[in-house]
Amino acid sequence: MTTNESTNGYLVGSKLERMLKAGHFAVTGELGPPQSADGDEIREKAALLKGYVDGVNLTDNQTAIVRISSIAAGTILVQEGLEPVIQMTARDRNRLAIQADLLGAYALGMRNLLCLTGDHQIFGNHPTAKHVFDIDSIQMVKMVTDMRDEKKFQCGDEFKGIEPRFFTGAASAPFADPIDFRPYRLAKKVNAGANFIQTQLVYDVDAFAQFMEKVREMGLHEKVYILAGVGPLKSPGMARYMKKNVPGILVPDEIIDRMNEAGKPWAGKKSSEMTKEEKRARSKARREEGIQICIDLIQQLREIEGVAGVHVMAIEWEEAVKPIVEGAGLYPRPSV
Amino acid sequence: MITAEQKPLDEIKNLLGNEEKVLVVGCGTCVTVCFAGGDREAQLLASSLRMTTKLDGHPMEVSDVTVQRQCEWEYLDEIEDEIMEADVVLSIACGIGVQAIAEHFPECWVVPGLNTTFLGLPTEQGIWEERCMACGNCVLGVTGGICPIARCSKSLLNGPCGGSEDGHCEIDADVPCAWQLIYDRLAGKDQLDLILEIDPPKDWSTAHDGGPRKIVREDLQLETEES
Ligand code: SF4
Ligand code: SF4
Repeated sequence: MTTNESTNGYLVGSKLERMLKAGHFAVTGELGPPQSADGDEIREKAALLKGYVDGVNLTDNQTAIVRISSIAAGTILVQEGLEPVIQMTARDRNRLAIQADLLGAYALGMRNLLCLTGDHQIFGNHPTAKHVFDIDSIQMVKMVTDMRDEKKFQCGDEFKGIEPRFFTGAASAPFADPIDFRPYRLAKKVNAGANFIQTQLVYDVDAFAQFMEKVREMGLHEKVYILAGVGPLKSPGMARYMKKNVPGILVPDEIIDRMNEAGKPWAGKKSSEMTKEEKRARSKARREEGIQICIDLIQQLREIEGVAGVHVMAIEWEEAVKPIVEGAGLYPRPSV
Repeated sequence: MITAEQKPLDEIKNLLGNEEKVLVVGCGTCVTVCFAGGDREAQLLASSLRMTTKLDGHPMEVSDVTVQRQCEWEYLDEIEDEIMEADVVLSIACGIGVQAIAEHFPECWVVPGLNTTFLGLPTEQGIWEERCMACGNCVLGVTGGICPIARCSKSLLNGPCGGSEDGHCEIDADVPCAWQLIYDRLAGKDQLDLILEIDPPKDWSTAHDGGPRKIVREDLQLETEES
């Protein structure tokens, strides 16, 4: 192939872009590659997502822990017939490495990209590493959309051959501080050329609706597809942990209450006093409630003007995606 | 100023090896102000080395001297004799002072007694904080006088990452988020416009990434013979 595949009025023509452009409520999922060279683990997780999502995010050394790279994992997904959204952080690569890897990723069939800052390496398994942060996520969006639309490398040199064309996304953390700046930071990402946005996990729909109101006021929802982040809770402990320890995640008490309620038949019993069967039953009841909460959230988020889809983050619990997507009435996925 | 901290005594002893005559050289400038390598610290370190090496059964002859600035040849010339007499020089200046001695007295063996840490300032008694990474192209004019290169853990130029919470950085509850500080300051001065435009990728060639840096000021250079 010496010329670009026809994009027929699309920027890229990826399934995710076609889905969003057609006005369908999009569903993306997420897959965390293994901390080993086990490609089969990716295939197994991919099988759980296939058919239920329009694109699968592949994390890039998520939480600064070394894993199979997002592009290598994406190659496996392409082979398995799924559409990858490769994540790329500014932490591990400079502008040379990012561009080089994206040339390769395009050549290997990848079409969607999510540009991220990346968690600080101090959280991961190589806290003594030197980080990069040559460019930030906003500069990365501009760089890759310029590669696509201006056919230029970041340095300004023009492409001689095929340019990499990515449907380019960025993240938004609507509830991180300084909270008043968040819509403006989103605007910067849009101005840099972002085509879609995936948000941090939303549990507080009212707070998210307020954010979206500002986003609409600024007209951003007309320039970018916003996919609200959702994820199933496994236990009340997980809900409390996220509320307390994860920056930018708001978990309303009523959701924690619902998770507590699900474990009520076993209330008052210490874990040490419970039989294996009881523990399993409690865990199952809580997980079912977590999935139901996720379904309810999707339905509420769908009502908010400017929300173009959801990004379902069920990392290490990919089995949950099927019941969530089905339960939310989003299955089967439209064909585009 | 340049801030530094003393290395652990055991590491210093290792660096000194089995030499007999040690000269501890302090510096009267930055490291004096941050209580790491001034005259007082040089005297203290010399006496603790005398004591512990005696206890170890390998007593060293340790003397000390402090110059006003270890990073300038003229101050080093003042202590040439002491330096030449020593088997090993233990510099407790910043890394620049250590290198100045090595460069100025090629015959002498010099080792560092401090870890040079950062360019910063004392924010309260006994606390120093980093403020600048000498990037060679200062952006403080758009960030309200708060450095995103040195004070943001990721040196971000377009605003806060998603890890900013309650004013602190994701890496540690004790580290202020530079972008929260920048935001607050610009908002207070009605200058938020300054950070709404996209800041393009930084030219890091003026920082260390461009190789070791050098400043040539022809107006200050001594005239050459032919003129
Ligand atoms: S922008 Fe560069 S020169 Fe200015 S304070 Fe920060 S690191 Fe130092
Ligand atoms: S939390 Fe603030 S200081 Fe820390 S890396 Fe993010 S923007 Fe920088």
